[in-house]
Amino acid sequence: MRAAGMTAAAVRAALRRIAATTFVSLVLAFFALPMLWLASAPFDADPRINVSLPSFTLANFRVLMDDPYALRSLRNSAVLAAGTAAVVVVSAALAAYALSRVRLPGRDVLLYLLLLLSSIITGTAAMVPIFLLATQLHLVDSHLGVVLVLSGGLLPTAIFLLKDFTDATPASYEEAARVFGASPLQTLRHVVVPVIRPGLAMVGIWTVAQVWGDFLMPFLLLRDPDKAPASVIMYTFYTEGGQPDLALIGAFSLLYSVPVVAMYLLVSRRYGFRFHGGIKR
Amino acid sequence: MHISGRSTSSRPHPRLTAALALLLAGAAVSSCGGGSSSTDPQRNAKARTFTLTIARNAIVGGKNDAEASWITKTVIPGFVAAEKAKGLRVKVVYHGYGVDDDAYKTKTALDLKSKAGADIVSLDGIWVGEFAQARYIKPLADVVGARADSWDGWSQISPSVQQLGSFQGKRYGIPPSTDGRVLFYNKKLFARAGLPVNWQPRSWDEILAAGRALKKLPGVTPLQFDAGTAMGEATTMQGVLPLLAGAGAQIYSGGKWTGGGAAMKQVLGFYQHLYGPEGLGDRKLQQEAKGRDKSFEEFANNRIGVLLEGVYLWRAVLNPKDGIARMPDRDQAVGYALIPAVAPGKGVQGRSFVSMSGGSVATVNPHTKYPQQAFDLLAYLNRPDVVKARIAGNPEVTSRNDVNAEALKNDPFLSFVAQKVLPVTLFRPGLAAYTQVSTALQEATAGIVAGHSPDDAAGQYNGKLEGIVGGAGNVNAG
Amino acid sequence: MVPATSTPAEPAGAAPARAEAADVVGLGRRRAAAFVAPALVLVLVFLVFPALWTLYLGVTDYRLTGLAATRPHFVGVRNYTDVLADGRFHDSLWLTLQFVGGSAVLGQTVLGFAVAWVMRERPAAVRRTVEALVLLAWILPGSVVAFLWLALLDRDGGTLNTLLGTPGTAWLLDHPMASIIVFNIWRGTAFSMMLYTAALGNVPPSHLETAKLAGASTWQTLRDAVLPKIRGHVLTSLLLVSLWTFNDFTPYLITAGGPENRSEVLSVYVYRTALGEGRLGFGAAISLVMLLVNLAIATAYLRALRRRRA
Repeated sequence: MRAAGMTAAAVRAALRRIAATTFVSLVLAFFALPMLWLASAPFDADPRINVSLPSFTLANFRVLMDDPYALRSLRNSAVLAAGTAAVVVVSAALAAYALSRVRLPGRDVLLYLLLLLSSIITGTAAMVPIFLLATQLHLVDSHLGVVLVLSGGLLPTAIFLLKDFTDATPASYEEAARVFGASPLQTLRHVVVPVIRPGLAMVGIWTVAQVWGDFLMPFLLLRDPDKAPASVIMYTFYTEGGQPDLALIGAFSLLYSVPVVAMYLLVSRRYGFRFHGGIKR
Repeated sequence: MHISGRSTSSRPHPRLTAALALLLAGAAVSSCGGGSSSTDPQRNAKARTFTLTIARNAIVGGKNDAEASWITKTVIPGFVAAEKAKGLRVKVVYHGYGVDDDAYKTKTALDLKSKAGADIVSLDGIWVGEFAQARYIKPLADVVGARADSWDGWSQISPSVQQLGSFQGKRYGIPPSTDGRVLFYNKKLFARAGLPVNWQPRSWDEILAAGRALKKLPGVTPLQFDAGTAMGEATTMQGVLPLLAGAGAQIYSGGKWTGGGAAMKQVLGFYQHLYGPEGLGDRKLQQEAKGRDKSFEEFANNRIGVLLEGVYLWRAVLNPKDGIARMPDRDQAVGYALIPAVAPGKGVQGRSFVSMSGGSVATVNPHTKYPQQAFDLLAYLNRPDVVKARIAGNPEVTSRNDVNAEALKNDPFLSFVAQKVLPVTLFRPGLAAYTQVSTALQEATAGIVAGHSPDDAAGQYNGKLEGIVGGAGNVNAG
Repeated sequence: MVPATSTPAEPAGAAPARAEAADVVGLGRRRAAAFVAPALVLVLVFLVFPALWTLYLGVTDYRLTGLAATRPHFVGVRNYTDVLADGRFHDSLWLTLQFVGGSAVLGQTVLGFAVAWVMRERPAAVRRTVEALVLLAWILPGSVVAFLWLALLDRDGGTLNTLLGTPGTAWLLDHPMASIIVFNIWRGTAFSMMLYTAALGNVPPSHLETAKLAGASTWQTLRDAVLPKIRGHVLTSLLLVSLWTFNDFTPYLITAGGPENRSEVLSVYVYRTALGEGRLGFGAAISLVMLLVNLAIATAYLRALRRRRA
């Protein structure tokens, strides 16, 4: 009896392990498969829209090194992404903390309405109002303008996410800090921020990824092509008839992706990169 | 209720801050825009030091690289030196974009709307009308004065090409070049199918007959005429409009748009031979997001018999030197023929052969600070020697007859375009409704691809067209 | 999301017993306002103001170019009646609901939770590899991702056809909606995965142990021990991924809305109307309709949550 029960349990455990392993392999395959093109096309002398063993070359990268805009555009992207992330993370953290700890009437409804409005702003229909607004505020053709416009659209989501984090952390530490005479700003900096740091990292990375991929706003708001970010330059590797120059696009895709991936690795190693996890460590 | 009433009143209330910010923003927006508000063509004409900006959809290292390089390496240094010789200190800045045409159009419209943007702006010829109606651009004579019409270059640009930069009889800009559409065919496949390698069809039936012969070759798509919405404007320009002209109608003439009448049904009937049961074309290719790219690739790989395309195919796609779908034996393997009308003499205005052309137009921003100097630069861009420098590396049909006669004489294909195609070509109407009409045309062909009958597709098109252009009164349904 | 309280906030220094409920850490209303101010100003100037302006455009026939660009006419609700009567809009809305339901609600949420659940017991190396790959799909720029998927699903030499031995299958043409739904699951699962990983970390291990000892099946454990603990996270996840998916424009880069508009979700419809055709008034009207649909979805989620809580 007992032996049979144990065997059955062992069989069940083994089956479970096999199922889990199969699942993990399938997930790995599903997420890795599309990435193959990024591994082959950049090094292919004559890339097509399919994955093939490349006739290996680095010529595509050499062309990009000589391109007057390619590398500069990555710097511009970094400026825009870092600027927007700084504005969004700092102002969203302040707002989320206040909204989480002080109950203002109707704040949740308001926050959700803003979240909905942000979907109008990030759409294409709002481009004329945004452009004319930026013109009047003398923000056209400046990185600051792009940073502010993008921040406005991203803030509601960032506040929403960060408020979720702060809501989930108990206020007892902050009360203790208050008893010891810390000012609210000090409490925020030395007590709250360390606790919600994974959340800040997550929102920061999310912001960077959004800005890094955004084409329309930077394109419309910046006139001087020297200021254009990589998302805009990526769209210039086409012919007059709209056909992609896959040799350059493949190589540029890789250059364009590496910084975000590197940033993710760095941030996740230094700050952790998950929700609500901080409090338990 | 509160400990101190005073502190209540001095508290920065969030709602107050909100209202304030809104007010500020509102006030800022309602005030007048930037740029020059003067309309005097002679403003700042005597300036000794000035900066001009050129903007167009061409970027060094990307889209239209050759044109961008020509501007930065030839035009700007040349113009600056020429002005310096006159004792003027000039700086010319180039803003090259090189993106999708819709995006460039949007950006340019926003720049002009806010009375800003470059001094010399380049537009697609079909945008001239809608930009003029929106008052984003003005007739050249209004912006720079009488010298715009007395410019000596006009005598070298044929009236039909000048039409590209004109709207309601007024010149808005100078077109630097133009193009045309022809039938490209693969001589190797023609030989294998027993067809003549020097081919010039005289009617649509002759095209279909060639298609039927080509269909016997395995793995070959006999005919490729762009269709469907995925191809976008290519469907209209490289399919519907040349066929429509061949059926005797123009999409817009005499103040009316052409509806789903006899001519349109003929066009859609032709499409049915390709994408209906007879299957002389590849139905799926018309639906794919990258279908046009694929048609180029397949033509270069000897898998398409006949392809209706622009000059661009020869010059930039199949070009053995630097095309995107290189065809090393292009000059021997690829033939070209005029697009015939449905039958001889049955095309628009009794033509036996037809084509469609387009091209860009360079204009002077009405809000430039230096209209006279900007026109000097525009004229310089179109000077014969400067134009010759532009096409030195990659020959194309320029708008100037004098340059074409000299520079294209050793290029049989481009000479063919300049001498045979341009005389029979037509241009699209530059009205704001055109883009929507074009979409409706694409949808009509998509209907054929999806298996509808020409009558049904034409009827649906007619209904949509009436909605777009404001009722049946603006539609010629005959 | 905590339901809003109707109690007005108390200022700092008010009776401690009542302030306790509203302001636990002694921030004070004034400081709270100062903390909120930077975000509020940015949002008002760069979001609320242009958004309201856009909504105003929705009652005009405003266009980017042509006569209507200089003299837009007030057309009242005509844009809205046109939108609601447009068959293309109905098709598009239905496709969007399929897209959101299939890829966000079912796909991302289920796969994200499943990955988070299974990864709890995997070795750290496996967990990190999987998480990194899933996250990579989320942070790569959209224009790059589009090429990756075109290469995967290509008709002639696509990776998928090579693997399955089905050369010539045009996935994007024969199954356009399925293609973009699977694509979006790939693209967005990371967010749900992260959220549920964190949420599961907050489920006390003792709960799971108890369930195990009681001989509960995995399904029973999930239902009785896990779900009650992570309900709030499910809501956050559903709200955000639905909203994001609803407004996601990346499908356009893969199918261009085709063939025959069979994958034209609403964001693509707006893009074509506003940028392709320059009809900004009409585009603005669709944007508002989309917002209202979003609002309806969110309300449904909130109600479902509140009912379960009660």
